[in-house]
Amino acid sequence: MTFKTIAIALAVGSLAGGAALVASYGSSAADKSGIPYRDGEYETVEAPEGSPLSELISGYYFRTPETRELQDDDFMNPAFIWMEQGAELWSTVEGEAGESCASCHEDVEASMKGVGASYPKYHEASGKLINLEQRINLCRTESMQAEPWKWESDELLGMTAYVRHQSKGMPVNVSIEGPAAPFFEKGKDFYYQRRGQLDMACATCHEVNYGMYIRADLLSQGQSNGFPTYRLKWQKLGSLHRRFRGCNRQVRAVPYANGSDEYVNLELYLAWRGQGLPVETPAVRQ
Amino acid sequence: MDRKLLSAVAAVGFVSVAAVSAPQAPKAEELVAYTVVDYAIPEPLTGEPGDPERGRAVAINRQLGNCLSCHAMPIPEQPFHGETGPALHGVGDRLSEAQLRLQVVNSHEINPMSMMPPFYAVEGRHRVAENFEGKPILSAQQVEDVVAYLKTLKE
Ligand code: HEC
Ligand code: HEC
Ligand code: HEC
Repeated sequence: MTFKTIAIALAVGSLAGGAALVASYGSSAADKSGIPYRDGEYETVEAPEGSPLSELISGYYFRTPETRELQDDDFMNPAFIWMEQGAELWSTVEGEAGESCASCHEDVEASMKGVGASYPKYHEASGKLINLEQRINLCRTESMQAEPWKWESDELLGMTAYVRHQSKGMPVNVSIEGPAAPFFEKGKDFYYQRRGQLDMACATCHEVNYGMYIRADLLSQGQSNGFPTYRLKWQKLGSLHRRFRGCNRQVRAVPYANGSDEYVNLELYLAWRGQGLPVETPAVRQ
Repeated sequence: MDRKLLSAVAAVGFVSVAAVSAPQAPKAEELVAYTVVDYAIPEPLTGEPGDPERGRAVAINRQLGNCLSCHAMPIPEQPFHGETGPALHGVGDRLSEAQLRLQVVNSHEINPMSMMPPFYAVEGRHRVAENFEGKPILSAQQVEDVVAYLKTLKE
């Protein structure tokens, strides 16, 4: 080990709270990769009680300088095209009731601050767990008497991103207690279930092997704090459920439908795995 | 080789002749029976000896072995080698042919927590995509080809 490696190893060690990480990299850590996680230059958040992770790390720190730069600059971030659409829709009257979001919720910055960070949330009236997309569509159908937006439509993505962006920088803060508890447990079971022909669970990649390359992809903790996220591969803003479908498919498993109860439960469990991470919406990923 | 095994081998042979374009993912078929002895499978799954050249191609192919997604291997022309499994340089010295066979056939029989997919086992899978239901990732012959290739990895 060279002097430089040792210094970096120490830095990684002190952040990660262990030497295991360092050992698995060997001397390659000496070459700066430009990827903060690999260079040992990333921020962590303390994991919530009972978490299987020793520290929480946003997917941001696993990405290249080019990708991070796109996220860092609102003018370059391609997701802002959808965000602008969301802003416009906020005050657009639609539906039988003759209302817009703004008629009831007024100033978005005030009314939606922190809201996106707390979803999915238990919904009294229906007795179900609902995510932000579903909450927005409830307001469309019930409060506005308008058609719900289709899943993955520009409208629903734009509004979801716009609402969640009002929590940018605030810590993810979901409730997993009381009526949310049974949904949380189901989401947890989903996370650890091996599936598909390749017989892998979410945990196989995102808990046990984060920080390592799987062919050309650097595995992160699979956190959800940046969603909806602009993916360079998609050339589009995309929902968390779209990402779930992709991660299910790549192990040759049958995915669930966008908005399915299974994915909303998983969404809650995953949000808790990132409890305290700053909301980044709209993030940019490779 | 017992009769049951022979007839299974014959069935496999038939399927691969029927398949038109190569390289092909295996068809749903009755899997060749095998016996595990001391964390190893001493008997080959097929009568045809494994071909290391074909095995190397299977290891690279993303639709088949995709071994490179997790292992560094002495395959310099391929750019991205994964890191989640151990490097396979010299694995032909470290493990016997029989051990290599079980590792590829069903890693979970060696380490139930293994990340490595069982390549020739279909039991207990959850929600497998329709195209792949009831099928192993590799055919018996592809397993033998990969094992033959791994045997060549000497330091
Ligand atoms: C007619 C009034 C009305 C309109 C119009 C309306 N909402 Fe709502 N909205 C409500 C009410 C009432 C609630 C429930 C508040 C509660 O239960 O705490 C709510 C709740 C929400 C919440 C969840 C807040 C929280 O703290 O959990 C979001 C997000 C939201 N609305 C977004 C929207 C969006 C986006 C639109 C436009 C597409 C919209 N709403 C249109 C009345 C309205
Ligand atoms: C075969 C490995 C593998 C499995 C299994 C897997 N993923 Fe992923 N996942 C990836 C890769 C590769 C990426 C892109 C790089 C990264 O962020 O890890 C990714 C990305 C993600 C992201 C986006 C992270 C971000 O920062 O934007 C989320 C969320 C995610 N996965 C959730 C899941 C969930 C939930 C499951 C289980 C249903 C799962 N993944 C199963 C490989 C996997
Ligand atoms: C998704 C990741 C993954 C894939 C794909 C994968 N492996 Fe593995 N492999 C592992 C891991 C992890 C180990 C370490 C032992 C364990 O956990 O089972 C391993 C162990 C091995 C070993 C034992 C190495 C030793 O030194 O003991 C061999 C041999 C091997 N794999 C061969 C292959 C071959 C051949 C393929 C492709 C047909 C393959 N692997 C595909 C993850 C993988």
